[in-house]
Amino acid sequence: MIPLSYYLVLGGILFACGVLGFLIKRNIITIFMSIELMLNGVNLSFVAFAAHWHVLSGQVFVFFVMVVAAAEAAVGLAIIIAVYRTRETLNVDQVNLLKL
Amino acid sequence: MLLWVAENRELRTENLQMLALILFLFFGAICVAGAVNLLVQSHPINSALSLIVVMASLAAEYLLLGAEFVAAVQVIVYAGAIMVLFLITIMLLNAGKEERSKGSRVATLLGVPGVVIGGVLVAWTLIHRSDMGNVPIGALPGDPKAIARLLFHQFLLPFEVTSVLILIAIMGAVVLASRPEAIARPHPGVPVSEPERELAAAGKDHR
Repeated sequence: MIPLSYYLVLGGILFACGVLGFLIKRNIITIFMSIELMLNGVNLSFVAFAAHWHVLSGQVFVFFVMVVAAAEAAVGLAIIIAVYRTRETLNVDQVNLLKL
Repeated sequence: MLLWVAENRELRTENLQMLALILFLFFGAICVAGAVNLLVQSHPINSALSLIVVMASLAAEYLLLGAEFVAAVQVIVYAGAIMVLFLITIMLLNAGKEERSKGSRVATLLGVPGVVIGGVLVAWTLIHRSDMGNVPIGALPGDPKAIARLLFHQFLLPFEVTSVLILIAIMGAVVLASRPEAIARPHPGVPVSEPERELAAAGKDHR
């Protein structure tokens, strides 16, 4: 019997680390990885709530979150490649024009 | 594994619960260590490898919660497919160490205390002001059969919509990542002429 709050705290810590990485990192790929970290923290709370309330829908939602994360990773990394091709930098401070 | 242990009558319930708590704390510590390592590393490839550690230990936490299907998908999709995509991009773009800038220092000064205070408040509230109860070990079998039944009956429409989403993502990725000159130039083997190269170099200087 592990308290539900432990799982929620672990998910919260992961989400906070993701937010922190999003704020302090300057490499566009690392910022993208921080977003994945946030999604993982949310997934953990989904599974914990699913086990707590005996509802399997939570695990199905984790599946959907993973699908969206995969689609986001594919499109986002393609955008990063396009940005690198035109700007030749991965630093978000130097990417300050909207046009490619 | 835990279910097998539960069926083993020789182990008493208290021992089993202690084992589950120890496993939870062990993998949770690995998880948090990986997440913090992602933040402190300056090279993106080290960050990506520590993110793989986070995802693998999260899969262990899912197994502890009895969600076998989610744990398997976590390892296959997240730690396998998505992280390989990240690593390929990092190697393709030859990403080096990130440079610190003024904006990054301001974000560190403001962001670290803010997020730490917020996180501690949320954790304190969750632990002290909640009587949400415990998560029973292995009470909800998340085997693929039950999840598939739910996915193809109750969530059939969202499932089909996600397939369309994946298709759009594939097309978007192909369009965005393909070289523009590969589409514009009729003969891919013809080298770029000298004036064009000079124009391209001049344009790069202006950016």
